[in-house]
Amino acid sequence: MSSTEKYIIKTSNLSIGYSSKKETTTIASNLNIRLKAGNMVGLLGKNGIGKSTLLRTLTKVQPALSGEVFINNKNLDSLTNNDLARTLSLVLTERLPDSSLTVFELVALGRQPFTNWIGYLTNDDMEIIQLAFEKTNTKHLMNSKCYELSDGQLQKVLIARALAQNTPIIVLDEPTAHLDLHHTVNTFSLLKNLASEFNKTIIISTHETNLTLQLADELWLMTPDKFISGKTDALIENNELELLFNSKLISFNKELKQFTISHS
Amino acid sequence: MITTAKSYKNTFVILIAVLLIIFFINISLGSVYIPLKGIIGSLFNGEVEKESWRAIVQNYRLPKAITAIIVGSGLSISGLLMQTLFRNPLAGPFVLGISSGASLGVAILILGASFLGANIASYAFTNFGLAFAASLGSFLVLSAVMIAAIKVRNTMSILIIGLMFGSLTSAVISILAYFSSASQLQQYMFWSFGSLGNLSWKEITALTITFLIGISFVIVIIKPLNSLLLGENYAKSMGVNVKRTRNFVLIATSLLTGVITAFSGPIAFIGLAVPHLTKLLFTTSNHKILLPAVAISGAIIMLICDSISQLPNSEYTLPINAITSLFGAPIIIWLLVRKRKIYY
Repeated sequence: MSSTEKYIIKTSNLSIGYSSKKETTTIASNLNIRLKAGNMVGLLGKNGIGKSTLLRTLTKVQPALSGEVFINNKNLDSLTNNDLARTLSLVLTERLPDSSLTVFELVALGRQPFTNWIGYLTNDDMEIIQLAFEKTNTKHLMNSKCYELSDGQLQKVLIARALAQNTPIIVLDEPTAHLDLHHTVNTFSLLKNLASEFNKTIIISTHETNLTLQLADELWLMTPDKFISGKTDALIENNELELLFNSKLISFNKELKQFTISHS
Repeated sequence: MITTAKSYKNTFVILIAVLLIIFFINISLGSVYIPLKGIIGSLFNGEVEKESWRAIVQNYRLPKAITAIIVGSGLSISGLLMQTLFRNPLAGPFVLGISSGASLGVAILILGASFLGANIASYAFTNFGLAFAASLGSFLVLSAVMIAAIKVRNTMSILIIGLMFGSLTSAVISILAYFSSASQLQQYMFWSFGSLGNLSWKEITALTITFLIGISFVIVIIKPLNSLLLGENYAKSMGVNVKRTRNFVLIATSLLTGVITAFSGPIAFIGLAVPHLTKLLFTTSNHKILLPAVAISGAIIMLICDSISQLPNSEYTLPINAITSLFGAPIIIWLLVRKRKIYY
């Protein structure tokens, strides 16, 4: 490696948005992200500001308008689907289609990038699946059908599937959207553990600002004017969080590391 | 140690046993009574009391039973593929207009033959000509539905588009029928009733080869089909080439449905219902188990329907298409009302 700094995710002058034949809608531009492995990143921003678009672009679900994305110093465009699947796994917000998959089968699907043409699970695969169940505390659910699970259980199982994929990067799009406080905290601390214990890079888009400020190593803030990234503490110190909502009703309290509602 | 997915070995053994039994029953039944000894003798080229029995079994009943097995399996597999691809329990070769596409191909060939000229017409009426026209028709309609599917993400809309293509093709067939002679019309009507008989060994070989080609396209996409159960985005994130998988489903279904419809007529109900029946028996979505299960169940149900359609010990044979729907639809309704939600 020629450069002294090795980034797991790096973007240079990335522009994200949608383009059709008629027009191009730019959501954010000049994104220069530098992220090192083993960090938990909280992606914060208002509804509709483009968090999902950014994640979709970073994970090659949709193309960038311009600029480049590097995963492990490799250009995203040069990676095949299977290469990418071995580097990056997803937990999405979308509902799973109805099926009678069991929890075991669902988690085992995470091994697909590594299995042979028919999807045969070797002993190594089984061990990784086993570990995924243990880490997420979902072993007792293994033989249940996915449609029998509660929202909280399903979310854990989906994280287990991503773990079974055993990728250095896990990207989660609003993983706690349907969960109560108990399960939300559980999910966040599980993800935090994965980052520190297994050196996984975890990117979460979320509206759980207070929790994120306590647990995330880094923040990516999407504000209407600019994209800000950096260490959580540094951003708090520099009053950058004040820009997040840009509203008179919500202000940021530095001491509490929390957003508070200001009364008129 | 971690337990793998539930094993369905016993269910498979029973299913295969049932298939063999029904196969024998199917061959034993017919307008001419042949005792079991005669059947076995004819099948294995042993001693038989009357040489005519051997001829009946070897040249008529055996080909028909084999056709039933291929038709049942092929249509059921097509239905399963459609249901997984469109993630919709209503999908099937009929609903998506694929069978209508095959019918259109055949209708143009039979009813429009007068426009084509004598040379083509004489070739057209061979079973092979029909097979080609039907496959082409179903491939065209399925491609049209697929192109629409790329533009329209909503699966419900795709099904409606499929139904619309279905009514479009029936409209064209009506117009063709209106300008056709009575004998052409009769020929088309007989084809549309469906029939498993009348296939020579040569045609059965062609049917079998096409069936095997279709199946080989399915076998290589078992793994991506399983990940598609989580939706397209998850499948992509696990390295699945969704476009390739979709194309393989397209090729396999149009080959299977097209050729089967060509040789045996548009057979309703099987493609939609057998996957549902199988999923009640095997409560799994894993295609590694479902595909063989659906293939065997389809063959069994087709053989049963064929046995019924011969009206045992009578000279009449009812149209197979009527039997599949007549006995199949109430069973599905009963199962849905009695049992539970069907997951696809």
